Amino acid sequence: MQPFRLHTGVVVPIDRANVDTDAIIPKQFLKSIKRSGFGPNLFDEWRYLDHGEPGMDNAKRPENPDFVLNQPRYRGASILLARANFGCGSSREHAPWALADYGIRALVAPSYADIFFNNCFKNGVLPIVLGDSEVSRLFDATLAFPGFSLTVDLERQTVATRDGSMSFGFAVEPFRKKCLLEGLDDIGLTLLHADQIRAFEARRLAEQPWIA
Amino acid sequence: MRRTLYDKLFDSHVVRTESDGTALLYIDRHLVHEVTSPQAYEGLKLAGRRPWRVSSVVATADHNTPTKDWDQGIRDPISRTQVETLDANIRTYGAKVYFPFLDKRQGIVHVIGPETGATLPGMTVVCGDSHTSTHGAFAALAFGIGTSEVEHVLATQCLLMKKAKSMLVRVDGRLAQGVTAKDLVLAIIGRIGTAGGTGHAIEFAGSAVRALSMEGRMTVCNMAIEAGARAGMVAADDTTIDYVRGRPYAPRGADWDRAVALWCGLVSDEGATFDTTHVFDAAAVQPQVTWGTSPEMVVPVDGRVPDPDRERDTTRRDGYAKALAYMGLKPNTPITDIAVDKVFIGSCTNSRIEDLRAAAAVARGRKVASNVRLALVVPGSGTVKAQAESEGLDRVFRAAGFEWREPGCSMCLAMNDDRLEPGERCASTSNRNFEGRQGAGGRTHLVSPAMAAAAAIAGRFVDVRRLS
Repeated sequence: MQPFRLHTGVVVPIDRANVDTDAIIPKQFLKSIKRSGFGPNLFDEWRYLDHGEPGMDNAKRPENPDFVLNQPRYRGASILLARANFGCGSSREHAPWALADYGIRALVAPSYADIFFNNCFKNGVLPIVLGDSEVSRLFDATLAFPGFSLTVDLERQTVATRDGSMSFGFAVEPFRKKCLLEGLDDIGLTLLHADQIRAFEARRLAEQPWIA
Repeated sequence: MRRTLYDKLFDSHVVRTESDGTALLYIDRHLVHEVTSPQAYEGLKLAGRRPWRVSSVVATADHNTPTKDWDQGIRDPISRTQVETLDANIRTYGAKVYFPFLDKRQGIVHVIGPETGATLPGMTVVCGDSHTSTHGAFAALAFGIGTSEVEHVLATQCLLMKKAKSMLVRVDGRLAQGVTAKDLVLAIIGRIGTAGGTGHAIEFAGSAVRALSMEGRMTVCNMAIEAGARAGMVAADDTTIDYVRGRPYAPRGADWDRAVALWCGLVSDEGATFDTTHVFDAAAVQPQVTWGTSPEMVVPVDGRVPDPDRERDTTRRDGYAKALAYMGLKPNTPITDIAVDKVFIGSCTNSRIEDLRAAAAVARGRKVASNVRLALVVPGSGTVKAQAESEGLDRVFRAAGFEWREPGCSMCLAMNDDRLEPGERCASTSNRNFEGRQGAGGRTHLVSPAMAAAAAIAGRFVDVRRLS
């Protein structure tokens, strides 16, 4: 996994609550058996004027000029600003795969759906939780200043403007932070405890053989 | 210390705990389907790993499979590749049991787990699918995971996770005649919101929940995720044990007696405390119909489409306005004035035998309205289909003008050919009314099976209790 330490990038605002994973990556793209290549179909139904299907040449499709990702000032954005309950719905990890493939490295929102939140950490995407009023201030600033960017410092757990006019601390679980900072493969970490798992399993299956 | 059911299920599966409280949780049952597993098996292969415990894996193909013309196979080449990839992965890596496409017992993963007894009380059950919460109806700790976690469970039989907060949703009293588990769970989501359960595991309790059948409890737990909770659960009781008895993978003989003795303890202790509690009066619940693009956008069938201008919160007002624009609805429209183009009875929420019986009871001797282009009944599994046919339900549906299909996820998420065209409006027994969920531009209204059948007959939403 790509480590996440310090990142500065342009902020793109998605100003609606309850953005679901069907919107982030529609179902027809879930037929892929790969982990990569989902970026061009991120927010497909909002982003293009035609209906997208796997295998299309996305560069030739008509873009929806009203959708924020298509507006010149947000091109190349790598930090996505969102409202409450971002990523609700399906457990599809294709959602963070699409965000990461597009180039999004961090998210800022008042809250996320649990499974999506978890999936982000597995893919080097940092979902930052800030308070409602802090998020609203960032929406105002993003809309007011073209090219508005933020710097995320995971080690110090801060998200701030370059001039320091706005700076917010955020919480992150220590174990997730360590994995993200170091880009650790958590399967490898878990297998360090293989003996403990084996002992637990042997006891459990002896007591409740019907589980096997 | 008085413990909740969630405490008991979680704590009994903890292998070890990190210093920050992150637990390594042992997983008993791993359900696998074709959409969220290929990348996990690929990861396993690239790392040179093998599945930790093959006997934990129960697999089926459900999301991409067609619901008609099975003799022609899967025509969409990309869908076919995904299903064949699962076939190949199970051949290579093994499973306790696999129900491939065309198998008589194939079906929706959340239907076949319970009906085969692969889902048992006291288990941890995971699947790369958010509706895994369904299995919590069996006093199991069941939740959806992403593909990285599917790989993690395959490789280690464990997951890393922190304990969630606990929520009690207690429903007192009795549901009125014609009001179902689906109406109840929609009413719950309507009140607590789609993020109301975020960070929580929900226990559904109270006399109205105790009175539900296992099918009803599965419907309620299935939609815990639509309230934001990864896991929903119901304590074990005689209803649970009677359902499990005799299922193919349920314990037998002396093991059965030992299991039942253990399962009887799968209840929250008297006086156990929850982080959050919500209390509902079952008698006040009416048949529900969603009007918007989130399951929390729901009203009773005798209600009206809300007016965004009456919302003070700007994000909420904008959300309502966007939803109405997408749904092609005007504020203050009576729900019963909304006509439907298609009807879908199926999905992991409502495709079990009891759901089909409820819909058939409404359809019996009636005809689908002429404005309804397609009324689809998709049983949850081959076993459900066979049972329904043995009861003659297929004939009831066909005589009324419904199509009777092969099992699968079908138009719940429209990965196969069953879908809405842009602008089409559907009464659906599924779980999500998100934009584009049932097909790009499609408009979904979530309802119970009886209400969906009633909408098919009337051509618009009606209170099933008043269907003439």
